[in-house]
Amino acid sequence: MELSDSTLRHLCEVVDQPDLSGTRYQLGEELGRGGLGVVYAAHDTQLDRSVALKVMDADWAGEARLIARLEHPGIVPVYESGVLPDGRVFYAMKLVDGMRADRFAAVGPPLGERLRVLLRVGEALAYAHSTGVLHRDLKPQNIMVGRFGEVYVMDWAVEGVGGTPAFRAPEALADQRSDVYGFGALLRFLLPEAAPAALQAIAAKAMNQRPEDRYPDVPAVLREVERFQDGLAVEAYAETWWQRARRFARRNEVLLWLLAAYAAVKFLLFFWRPG
Amino acid sequence: MNKIFVGLIFGAILGAIDGATAWFTPDVRTMMASIMVGSTIKGMLVGLLSGWFARKVDSVQWGILLGSVLGLAFAYAVAALQQDHYLEIMLPGFVVGAIVGFLTQKMGTPAPVKRTS
Repeated sequence: MELSDSTLRHLCEVVDQPDLSGTRYQLGEELGRGGLGVVYAAHDTQLDRSVALKVMDADWAGEARLIARLEHPGIVPVYESGVLPDGRVFYAMKLVDGMRADRFAAVGPPLGERLRVLLRVGEALAYAHSTGVLHRDLKPQNIMVGRFGEVYVMDWAVEGVGGTPAFRAPEALADQRSDVYGFGALLRFLLPEAAPAALQAIAAKAMNQRPEDRYPDVPAVLREVERFQDGLAVEAYAETWWQRARRFARRNEVLLWLLAAYAAVKFLLFFWRPG
Repeated sequence: MNKIFVGLIFGAILGAIDGATAWFTPDVRTMMASIMVGSTIKGMLVGLLSGWFARKVDSVQWGILLGSVLGLAFAYAVAALQQDHYLEIMLPGFVVGAIVGFLTQKMGTPAPVKRTS
């Protein structure tokens, strides 16, 4: 019996799909494919809710345990993990309704909104580091921005996973400063074309080829970005006196206008005396 | 430093400076000391009230508005006492009030939030 191309294609797809019999989940569409597995939308029949189901290519149960350990508003919570009849490990997690950070950046949001997303990512990363967990594969495709502005860091990589070249630190042994590199690369990616030089300098410092010349940790980068937002000088960027004066004027605009108004009033009264 | 203290300090400094500019008006130079004392006290009163307001309301616009209204009112009172130099006293007093109102909003620690439940 001969099979048509479309039938063959369908059979291949069906064979490739995970067998969820014996679980409480009904398979939905494929959401994405990563180095360690495939993420599907699924329906939890017991609790009647949509979830994301990650089916691992190999026995990477460690990833689920790793993420389950991390409880933070910026990290997608794991609901449950298990083993499929074919031996593959899966875990169910919150299904985030939103878009990936690369698509978010492509929409052209204002700088403040881009930095807000970056800061939320940094907070999640700093928290993970405080528990001894590294991300190892920080990139826009692993950041989700929800419909209501919530930000989630996904795909926490386990040891032995290399990361993505453009966002991966050059050193072989990963540590916190390797994630600082990835965080700097993420900042550079999220910045619009005509981004302020101070922000570009922060990204460049975080992405320094020599780990010891980067920021020591993610909170140090966050502090720099917050200093920029507050109109203060940042450590990574040496300003000229003119740039410093302009920044001061921007930061104290209202006060300078009021002082100018006072000077103008005094000047006018000096030259024009009634009576 | 709490906002009332910030208001008092800046009100006193700006009031004193504003009073000192009376030196540029030759016919009042003989009263410099009393003008400076009066202007300093006026600034401190504006600062005190603006600082108290800033503890209650966190708004730069309202701070500037209240400061300028208070500055204008106290300057009017001072000018009314002398029955002269209304414009020279009230116009700068108005702007100094606005500056003090702005500074009390921007500087100093706000009042602690009271929990009712």
